[in-house]
Amino acid sequence: MPDDPLLLEVRGLVKHFKAGGLPMGGRRRDPVKAVDGVDLTLSRGSTLGLVGESGCGKSTLARLLMALDRPTSGTVLVEGRNLLALPSAELRRRRRDIQLVMQDPYTSLDPRMTALEIVREPLDIHRDLMPKRERATRARELLEMVGLDPGHAHRHPHQFSGGQRQRLGIARALALRPKILVCDEPVSALDVSVQAQVINLLKELQREFGLSYVFIAHDLAVVRHVADEVAVMYLGRIVEHGDRDTVYSRPAHPYTRALLSAVPDPDPHRRGATGRIVLQGDPPSPSRPPAGCAFHTRCWKSQEICADQRPLPSEPLSVGRRQVSCHFPEN
Amino acid sequence: MHANTPDPAEQLDPVPLLDVKDLTVDLLSRGGDGGSVHRVVHGVSFTLHKEETVALIGESGSGKSISAMAVMGLLPATTARVGGSARHQGTDLLTLPPDQLRARRGKRIAMIFQDALSALNPTFSVGFQIAETIRAHEKVGRREARARAVDLMARVRIPDPASRYRDYPHQFSGGMRQRIMIAMAVALRPDVLIADEPTTALDVTVQAQIMELLAELREETGSALLLITHDLGLAAGTADRIAIMYAGRILEQAPFEELYDRPAHPYTRGLLAAVPRLDGDLDDLTPIPGSPPGPGALPSGCPFHPRCTDSRDRCATQPPMLLPVLPNPPARLVACHYPLEVSGA
Repeated sequence: MPDDPLLLEVRGLVKHFKAGGLPMGGRRRDPVKAVDGVDLTLSRGSTLGLVGESGCGKSTLARLLMALDRPTSGTVLVEGRNLLALPSAELRRRRRDIQLVMQDPYTSLDPRMTALEIVREPLDIHRDLMPKRERATRARELLEMVGLDPGHAHRHPHQFSGGQRQRLGIARALALRPKILVCDEPVSALDVSVQAQVINLLKELQREFGLSYVFIAHDLAVVRHVADEVAVMYLGRIVEHGDRDTVYSRPAHPYTRALLSAVPDPDPHRRGATGRIVLQGDPPSPSRPPAGCAFHTRCWKSQEICADQRPLPSEPLSVGRRQVSCHFPEN
Repeated sequence: MHANTPDPAEQLDPVPLLDVKDLTVDLLSRGGDGGSVHRVVHGVSFTLHKEETVALIGESGSGKSISAMAVMGLLPATTARVGGSARHQGTDLLTLPPDQLRARRGKRIAMIFQDALSALNPTFSVGFQIAETIRAHEKVGRREARARAVDLMARVRIPDPASRYRDYPHQFSGGMRQRIMIAMAVALRPDVLIADEPTTALDVTVQAQIMELLAELREETGSALLLITHDLGLAAGTADRIAIMYAGRILEQAPFEELYDRPAHPYTRGLLAAVPRLDGDLDDLTPIPGSPPGPGALPSGCPFHPRCTDSRDRCATQPPMLLPVLPNPPARLVACHYPLEVSGA
């Protein structure tokens, strides 16, 4: 389908936040460059994993994808349409296609609503989707779909465990039959034994309904289990992007290598086996990112050019469709 | 009795630095119906020897942090009742008068908390807080305490320590704050360090730095480390022995390699299968069905039996004891009526 527009396309996306007013006697502070020139695409039925540490801009990016925030510049196209350029009634309708699963199932659900009401609410807001009498039935179906007992439909969030609450959040996000789910750290608040249940549920739902995911997480091991493609973010930019296997087995950007080597491996026989790279220092502040390559202050390969010139993304490799933004990439 | 063949237990220092026996914690809550008591730690026992790193692993609510708090005497007497014993070099911390406990705590047994931002006092400079720790336990002048604090800040690799001495906690990044906490904890060269999820609030690249620093300091000072974490991977990188906790009990205890290669408890096996990995099988992960029980709704018998695929009638009625696993007692212990086969070496 060559004429078919991409499901999700992000071009030159930038979001800068003005930092506060004028502090007493101080100078105007620099804007926070939360997202600083991001290009991405997402194809149907696949999962894009977005990886980065706290403060790298991944949640801001999620809000931009959802058209919850207006970008400073650049566009987000959902099936070729820029949501923010649509008239508001049309925007409302189009929002159905892209829904959000939030990180914390303890604070993102209204404690006074029952499970059924939580899942039904989107249907009551988007009234034209189905007549009133069908909504409760649909809500029960959704509960069952995510593995919750429809008999518990009248319970409140506090009567569910963390994993069950996250299932509720997923059921609610699925209510409007979206094409894309943006999952912002969907399992990081859950215990390991329960985390795997939710990961498997997301994969099942994808297989069944052909959903596409933007899966945002800081945990590289979790992302490996769900993503087809991976994008690694550092200080508002994507430093490496490619097929999962390529990025995980042959990381090209030094930051990707460092991230991968820092993940603790539960296998004691590999203790010290993988050449561990311990980065020095903390990530710089996004209000004053270093000139040139944002990573050069922590990079062991950095040379003069890295401090002067911002590396551009390489042409995508034919194998693994990898793009890397580095003056001295590996592999 | 003097046996000629070395018993594995005898290879370790016979008197442990920290010997926790049958630790119980009851939390009291005052409700409208006259209040209730929940037991959250059910007879936990473990030892910590000189220069050893032991990890207490468990999911949230398993009782790992509260056990450590109980050992340190940090639970409020009005809402918590602690039973059992916790001997630190022969002295039971749980029955020690408050002034003696205070003298020992921070000096010979110190703790690093998960959230450095709330563990540090926001109204004093970090340097002052480190110096204050020293002056609380030793008779030293301000000037000397200050010099030692600056040294400690340098040792935990705070860049430019002399000028950062006057900075307040909010002026540091998360990783740097955790370094300050570590500096305070090692300030008086304690022989036992308890680190409660020391890196959970940090990013992976910073986590790697902190774990490296902790291991280095532990080696340098020859202290013992009790690492409390939910992360099997983190424990694998540092711990000599592991205790797996669930619903307020230790279900299995073993040297890490043995536990990883041949888990004896079905819960341990389940945990290992549920952890997402950077290598290996990409098929669906194998979750443990259900979720951990809350303290008010503990199942009878073995606390894991409702989620266990191997459970039989006896598991629902009779709580299993933590007993040695053959052929490698007493380093390996398991609390299960039907432990998995571990002998195949």
